[in-house]
Amino acid sequence: MNNRDASPSPAVSIPAGTSALPVPEAWRPRLEAQLAAQETVLAWLEIDLDARLRFSPGLVILTDRRLLAHAGGDADWQSHPCRAGLRLQRHDHAGVGSLELLDDAGRLAVWRYTLGADVAAGRLIDHFDRQIAFHTTGVLPPAAAQALCPLCETPLLEGQDDCPNCSKELNEPPSTWTLFRLWRFAHPYRWRLLAGFLLSLASTAATLVPPYLTMPLMDNVLIPYQNGAPINVQLVGLYLSGLFGAALLAWALGWARTYILALVSERIGADLRTTTYEHLLKLSQEYFGGKRTGDLIARIGNETDRINIFISLHFLDFATDVLMITMTTCILVSINHWLALVTLLPLPIIAWMIHTVREKLRTGFERVDRIWAEVTNVLADTIPGIRVVKAFAQENREAARFRAANQHNLEVNDRVNKVWSVFGPTVTLLTETGLLVVWAFGIWQISQDTITVGVLTAFLAYIGRFYLRLDSMSRIVSVTQKAAAGAKRIFDVLDHVSSVPEPVTPVHLPAVTGRIELRDVGFRYGTRSVTRDICLSIEPGEMIGLVGHSGSGKSTLVNLICRFYDVTEGAILIDGVDVRSVPVAEYRKHIGLVLQEPFLFFGTIAENIAYGKPDATRAEIVAAARAAHAHEFILRLPHGYDSLVGERGQALSGGERQRISIARALLIDPKILILDEATSSVDTTTEKEIQKALDNLVRGRTTIAIAHRLSTLRDANRLIVLDRGRIVETGNHDELMACEGHYYRLYQAQVQNEEGSGPGDSRAGNADKEEDRA
Amino acid sequence: MSAAPDYRLHRNAFGRLVFTAADGAVCEGVALVRAFPISAADAGFALVDPYGHELAWIDRLDDVPEAWRTLLAEELASREFMPVIAQIVAVSGYATPCVWTVETDHGRTDFILKGEEDIRRLAPPALMIADSHGIHYLIRDRNALDAHSRKILDRFL
Repeated sequence: MNNRDASPSPAVSIPAGTSALPVPEAWRPRLEAQLAAQETVLAWLEIDLDARLRFSPGLVILTDRRLLAHAGGDADWQSHPCRAGLRLQRHDHAGVGSLELLDDAGRLAVWRYTLGADVAAGRLIDHFDRQIAFHTTGVLPPAAAQALCPLCETPLLEGQDDCPNCSKELNEPPSTWTLFRLWRFAHPYRWRLLAGFLLSLASTAATLVPPYLTMPLMDNVLIPYQNGAPINVQLVGLYLSGLFGAALLAWALGWARTYILALVSERIGADLRTTTYEHLLKLSQEYFGGKRTGDLIARIGNETDRINIFISLHFLDFATDVLMITMTTCILVSINHWLALVTLLPLPIIAWMIHTVREKLRTGFERVDRIWAEVTNVLADTIPGIRVVKAFAQENREAARFRAANQHNLEVNDRVNKVWSVFGPTVTLLTETGLLVVWAFGIWQISQDTITVGVLTAFLAYIGRFYLRLDSMSRIVSVTQKAAAGAKRIFDVLDHVSSVPEPVTPVHLPAVTGRIELRDVGFRYGTRSVTRDICLSIEPGEMIGLVGHSGSGKSTLVNLICRFYDVTEGAILIDGVDVRSVPVAEYRKHIGLVLQEPFLFFGTIAENIAYGKPDATRAEIVAAARAAHAHEFILRLPHGYDSLVGERGQALSGGERQRISIARALLIDPKILILDEATSSVDTTTEKEIQKALDNLVRGRTTIAIAHRLSTLRDANRLIVLDRGRIVETGNHDELMACEGHYYRLYQAQVQNEEGSGPGDSRAGNADKEEDRA
Repeated sequence: MSAAPDYRLHRNAFGRLVFTAADGAVCEGVALVRAFPISAADAGFALVDPYGHELAWIDRLDDVPEAWRTLLAEELASREFMPVIAQIVAVSGYATPCVWTVETDHGRTDFILKGEEDIRRLAPPALMIADSHGIHYLIRDRNALDAHSRKILDRFL
């Protein structure tokens, strides 16, 4: 051991509160053999990759004396006593984190892990740095005062016991009894459903009367007549009117039942659609980034419809079938139990067949659904990009892509149909065979005089219906599976917990001043660490310009501030309150956003301006439009503020659309304003007009602006220069130019670009504008 | 075989790859990246500096001197991580999220699949699966998997 490795005496030992999480059970025996007496474990990191990146468990342990590591596999323990000059570094690439132990001369060791362990690595480094500081200076730096989540190091807010980050990682699969979960939507209609069920019961009973009446009709009228007795007209009339009455009753009851249940199922379907859509809207930006539009539309549209049809038609039929079979069985047994037994023999066989085919069909139908979504996706991808398709003359290729998706659809359907098509006829075959058995057994029984001809006739009449029901019951297998697959896809959406969760104990902010503070903010998108260790404090009313190459993390930072995503490390505070503890909608009310590509909804211009505040008065709308320099061009339109704008505002120019979106932001009068490349997609003349509008907007608000053209940020109080997810420079234009760093180079590159371009070029106009403003 | 490169490479005590250009400019912490990691893993490499600027292009690893080749191969081995799934041993369920146990060329491991959309179709028959931590698992040819693996996979496609 190194001499300098003086272990801390008990008097200065580790303060309470920094006690490490217990070491994983599996490692304890092997670790205890390694530790010296009174050596305390401070932090540990379970690594799951060895030096050659093979999966193999290992452990890195920090004690109060040294760093102890087991690199996985058959490797031995390595010990690195704490001493001055040692440092730990972590970085990650493609989902693999590396932890390096370095001193001034070189690298001593490197350990690798998959990113699930990244938080533990961060914690290990914190503890390590404090220990090294202790060994160097003899004083142990204080631990972070804020309560941190033990699993992910997210600062916990007051009154928050569960970490909002960890609790949202629900990795349990949803239950397979998906269809029963639909009960949640059926519950409000339970009484009507009960009425429907009772009507089903009654109407089924009514349909069972006619076959029963064939028995006396045969035995008391037809057979005696054949044997020479005259026909008893009165009796015939009685039986026939009984038959007619039963049919009439069945009709009336059936009608009432179908109507009530269709009514209910339609409402359940509507509720399902609305709930799914409402839930979908609450999900974070992250969710929409990973899904394709076609797929989501298909889920809300087709799947709910399928479930709807299932409930109103198939489930109902199935219930009726079960009722009918039970009742028929009772009647048959009461007439003649031997014949009933023979009649019911094929039933188990059919039930078994249904069961075996079930599994195959279910997976098959699930795939059919997914393939169908794929076909829709091709359309959803191509139609918005039709200009590109045409410009590059790739119509044939896109057609081929669609054909291929369709072909795939056919193949999958063919495979399902192969199983499905053999299913129906087999049931019919079994039915016929069953009838045959009844005939044979019935004739034998008549010859033995145990039953009458009437009984056999009644049996055959019942069985005809009975097997018919079995046949239709076999259909339920496929539709149930289809509906279950649909329900699963719906619940996939409903079960998705927003990665921007609503706070458990919300803090309300009725009025904000607009102070924003970013504390050690880090954000990771998949494996890519987009931003890290961002510390920034923005005063109320200050205008901040975010500058940097594309991909330097500007938009990410803005998305984090808007809370489209949640930070993975650190915290963002508004007026000193963590944004995660403010209800999402309430928080966003304070934020006005102007994007590069303004999106106008289908509707009038007035509606579009009032989008964020639907109850705005006409005067407010006009005032906002005036301030946004949109009033005059709106008046020039034939219908003024009532002019309709299309899905993407086709009739308006880019600058006009942008000014409408500025008016939209002005109307909600936000304290915080975010301009994300608001002037990038327009030419410089338009930019000037937009700039005027923006000047009105910015006044008195905390503003965060991203702009590609640095000249547009000259008014900013401070410019924040970002590079690869970190803040590299801060200051106003002149200061940053003076220090000749990142910003200087960016600026020079742009000026050169502008000088290099011809006089007709928009960028040359931009340079003119700079002169104007100077 | 192209002309010998006009730059030099070595690994320093900190384990970083150091690039010395023809004009003597030194760049530390150079990375070797593949241009087509999936479709053409053996052709097209670039040496890039920590800022992502390209320093040199290497068509094939055979083009560089023998001594560097091992250096570069080491660099790739320690940097690249895209396990190729050889077998799907088990899944915890067919509804996502679920835990997959797979046998890969980097050994056996478990991962969490968050949603079916994390299974991406590359140029057929290849598939790429992204786990909950963003590690990408590659299936080079889904038809070449054994029947059990294919059966599991089919449920998710």
